[in-house]
Amino acid sequence: MKRPTPQILLTGVALILVVAAFMAPPGDGSSGGFAGAVTYADRHFSSWFGILAVFAFLLGGASLLRTHGRRVRERKADWHYSAVTLVSFLAVLIVGFLKLGGPPGLTGDPTDASSWLTTIFDSVLSPLHATLYSLLAFYVASASYRAFRARSLETSVLLGAALIVLLGRIPVGVTLFRFDSLSLWLLKVPNTAGQRALMIGVALGVVALAVRMVLGLERGRGGDGS
Amino acid sequence: MIHPLAVSHDFGVWVGALLTLMVFSFLYRDNPFYKFAEHVFVGVSAAYWMVIGFWTTLWPRVIVPLIPEASRIVSSDTPLPERDLSAVVPAVLGLMMLSRLVPRLSGLARWPTAFVLGTTAGYAVVRYVRSDFMHQIQATIGDGVLIPAAGGGWNVAESLAALVTLSGTIFGLIYFMNTRRGGTVTTPAARIGLLVLMVTFGASFGSAVMARISLLVGRLQELLGDWLGLL
Repeated sequence: MKRPTPQILLTGVALILVVAAFMAPPGDGSSGGFAGAVTYADRHFSSWFGILAVFAFLLGGASLLRTHGRRVRERKADWHYSAVTLVSFLAVLIVGFLKLGGPPGLTGDPTDASSWLTTIFDSVLSPLHATLYSLLAFYVASASYRAFRARSLETSVLLGAALIVLLGRIPVGVTLFRFDSLSLWLLKVPNTAGQRALMIGVALGVVALAVRMVLGLERGRGGDGS
Repeated sequence: MIHPLAVSHDFGVWVGALLTLMVFSFLYRDNPFYKFAEHVFVGVSAAYWMVIGFWTTLWPRVIVPLIPEASRIVSSDTPLPERDLSAVVPAVLGLMMLSRLVPRLSGLARWPTAFVLGTTAGYAVVRYVRSDFMHQIQATIGDGVLIPAAGGGWNVAESLAALVTLSGTIFGLIYFMNTRRGGTVTTPAARIGLLVLMVTFGASFGSAVMARISLLVGRLQELLGDWLGLL
């Protein structure tokens, strides 16, 4: 192993959390000793994880600035759109960090209903997010027509289940076919059975992957800390 | 009777409506309006979540614990909190993560990555074993398959549902165990398991389509109602 230290950190952090789940005594971890250290780690690691997630956002923002800044500077193809990204990014950053609008200055809450940041969320981010996802309604319909043409028993079952669920939730399906109760039963019984089989299978897979990472066997995806 | 137009005078509604139309223009084909909206979305989204993360997490959990005097910037009338040096650890790890921006120091970023992977692995083992493994088995076999009726005897419908759920789960698991590389099903039980999984995928697909259609209806309501005042 060329650089073992990050792997030791990975293994140590994972083992502490597993140990903490089984033996952490109540308290804030100030009692000292091994039990105290384990409790302290259990209490703080998830918070630190959240903090690192924010640093990852900062890293992403800096990377976005660098990438699109370079495209604009070098006048690459479609650089105008990169300029749009940069302008909207910087504008929201200034509005958000300086807490413009709404309650007075920096003492205000950036998520207050009257703040400019909330207005940007309501008028720009939320409509764009909803519209981009709603576009999928069209593409899912055409893709499903191509993918699910009933060519085998399995695809016929899949298509049938999807149709029953869809028709069971719209007035025409309920009025003409009385699919509401069948749809409910399908969601509650066989769907639950399949979901449980999937969840149990996924859980076993995740645990196996976690153990491989802890043992340093999963190198392809950063198991060696890289 | 033609409904009179009552177009909104709200600037925010106009911005939302125009951006919505720009995105919908993609249904015709890729065009500059769609690209404009797409790039606005990328920039606004990245900055918005950065700002929210800064004010809701980084400020109260790192900056104020390390520099209590900083809390005066956002609130002058609250007492100074005590200095908490434990925030040094995530702060240092975070700065090491940002070192990826400097090619010469980018190796330092392996440390916070190792911490994140270790935390994920540690929590995943516990959470998945507990909630996705033990609890699901418990929920499947916990009450048995013979459900008593309120007035005595057995509730046939509920018992049948419990039996189908139990056997469907077992067949689904058999499918995972009796499938060769490439998806070849090796036993009849595994084939039944595959059918159970297909019902699940079909139900999930139907629900996903419904969710997208709901979003679409919401956007149309906003365009025709809030913006044009036709509804």
